[in-house]
Amino acid sequence: MGLERAFADEPAFVPYLAAGDPNYEASLEYVEALARGGADAIELGLPFSEPIAEGKTIQNAIVRSLEAGMTPDRFFEFVEDLDVDVPLVCMTYYNLIYQYGGGEGPRPFVEKAAAVGIEGLVVPDLPGEEAGPLRTACDEFGLDLVFIVAPTTKGDRLERMLEQVSGYVYVQARLGVTGAREDVDDATEESLARLSDWDVPKAVGFGIKTGDHAERIVSAGADGVIVGSALVDIVAEGHENGDSTDTVADRLETKARELKDGALRGASERPQPERT
Amino acid sequence: MSTDDAHDPKFGEYGGQYVPEALMPAIEELTDAYQRYVLENEDGFMDEFRERLADFGGRPTPLQYADQLSARYDTDVYLKREDLLHGGAHKLNNALGQVLLAKYMGKERIIAETGAGQHGTATAMAAAHLDMPCEIYMGETDIARQRPNVFRMKINGSEVVPVTVGRGTLKEAISETMREWATTVENTHYVIGSIVGPHPFPKMVRDFQAVISEEAREQAIEKTGGLPDTVLACAGGGSNTMGTFAHFIEDTGVDLYAVEAGGSSLQVDEEEGVAPNSATLSTGDEGVLHGARTKLLQDSDGQIMESHSVSSGLDYAGVGPELAHLVDEDRVTPVNVDDDAALEAFHRLSQDEGIIPALETAHAFGYLEEHHDEVGDSVVINVSGRGDKDLEIAIEETSKRDLDIAPDMSIFDSVGRSPTSQSSGDEPRDSVGGGGL
Ligand SMILES: Cc1ncc(COP(=O)(O)O)c(C=O)c1O
Repeated sequence: MGLERAFADEPAFVPYLAAGDPNYEASLEYVEALARGGADAIELGLPFSEPIAEGKTIQNAIVRSLEAGMTPDRFFEFVEDLDVDVPLVCMTYYNLIYQYGGGEGPRPFVEKAAAVGIEGLVVPDLPGEEAGPLRTACDEFGLDLVFIVAPTTKGDRLERMLEQVSGYVYVQARLGVTGAREDVDDATEESLARLSDWDVPKAVGFGIKTGDHAERIVSAGADGVIVGSALVDIVAEGHENGDSTDTVADRLETKARELKDGALRGASERPQPERT
Repeated sequence: MSTDDAHDPKFGEYGGQYVPEALMPAIEELTDAYQRYVLENEDGFMDEFRERLADFGGRPTPLQYADQLSARYDTDVYLKREDLLHGGAHKLNNALGQVLLAKYMGKERIIAETGAGQHGTATAMAAAHLDMPCEIYMGETDIARQRPNVFRMKINGSEVVPVTVGRGTLKEAISETMREWATTVENTHYVIGSIVGPHPFPKMVRDFQAVISEEAREQAIEKTGGLPDTVLACAGGGSNTMGTFAHFIEDTGVDLYAVEAGGSSLQVDEEEGVAPNSATLSTGDEGVLHGARTKLLQDSDGQIMESHSVSSGLDYAGVGPELAHLVDEDRVTPVNVDDDAALEAFHRLSQDEGIIPALETAHAFGYLEEHHDEVGDSVVINVSGRGDKDLEIAIEETSKRDLDIAPDMSIFDSVGRSPTSQSSGDEPRDSVGGGGL
């Protein structure tokens, strides 16, 4: 399957934006700007009304996107309208996947996602215990199903999860919800150490804000960094100040480059390659 | 009791554990504690729980024959008086059970959500009683409409954290408490307030609340020599409901009615994403919210709708998965009562029986008024809570309507102050006639 290729040659920078924030047209430009800035894969949020894993920044992005009319069908159009050539991952909550196509289970959603070119799914409210039907549908249509490893995921749970995972594992850098932070949590390094024996790309997310954070996380053994709130903050600020779409897109591209460069620096500092 | 398996996270198709991975280890730990302490009485947990429910909570609560209502409806009406439980609602059964369990588990801190503030109040009391620090998350709309309970929580020493997202009611409060739990899960227990959320909460909360029907069933047999024809309880998330039904489930001759909030209308506004009711069991369809697969008020895309009820405690777009299952199995009949009928029932119970019910509870009595000829010869109604917390809102809502039964509140006019301005705080204090006291 496909998503692993985003991590093949060098550490990956994987940005997240809520699709349609603050509106459809601007959001297309923003995602394309991230690709220009060096994104290796992009997580696109399909907004759900009860985002229980999200902090304030992304909650607000979700509200803006929903108010501007985003729906699952609009989301699929959005993906088709995007002009980027990196893999796209859809991040959403299970009820939207489950209801698509009339509440018959996850298959119609996955079929449609595959048809428009989505290559993987991240579903924060779907632990391994409940993932069976979605896993089956993803296998049928060739999508990766990315699981989140939390700082609390240890022992047997970790083993079971890593047997189910495909594409990459999303290593949650700290407990809590999404949101840009000023520091890197020690839990990140502990989680990476627990995962070091597993031959699957490890992308760290939750709280990463700067190129220096990205550098530190990659030097600690991550294969990639996932950055959401720090980018959504740029979108939100531009929206509040009434800045032009081009201006905001430029800022996003610059920020993307900072994060990607940080990740590259981190790789050069690593004592030895952590994967064979 | 229900015959389900304590380890099975599902009720038929419903239930499950749809939560972020970060919470799963804590949920596994809780499932283990539920098994050992609650189901197997390890270390005498259940004995201590029962003792505290009696001494601190005031159990058993009476099953009272209601003279006036029985005459009015020409059927024997029995009231299960959970309003007499400490705190003024059934909520303490669960809150005390969970706070005690958290202690047995070695947790250091309690968090909880609240809608009407009754669960928050009960949790704050239990936390003070058992010496645990406690934070309660409450939507800002509910903070405004349930002020007495906010005072009570604070006076008991809990923090009350306002939730400002969305409409600021129970749905948002649960989401925000889950986020908080995901941050502090290592030392904190989340005392969920109804039979909702991921497994094992729906089963565990039901087991703590099942004392209601355990007592009511015995009391009914003792008083009448048999079982009632019908049992009625209001349903928000459904904890008083399942607590009142649990020991009657296998008595298939007893009809069980879950009375939901019909709000102002059963019509849904898809465009705005608003359902002006909380009649989840009657009108919702299957989906996943707050950790469980259950019936929900949602639009065709699966976005959760904003619900409405005059009673904060019923104002929720989801419902416990066990109730959803029992409705599909035709064991429980979902019905609903609108805001107007609930308010009328609020006044009727107050005037006829001398019991001021919570607005949530009033829905069950609204149903009895409308359908008393369908409940057979005897009916048990759960008086899930008392109405002290609702006085301001009940008077305000009554003043907007033309209810024959409404008491005359013009006494306030003669002292230069309308009864409802008290809550809005828009009149300067010294306009109160008579001053000082
Ligand atoms: C008095 C009373 N009854 C009923 C309810 C509804 O909750 P549940 O459906 O879980 O019993 C509440 C909730 O706050 C309540 O305060």
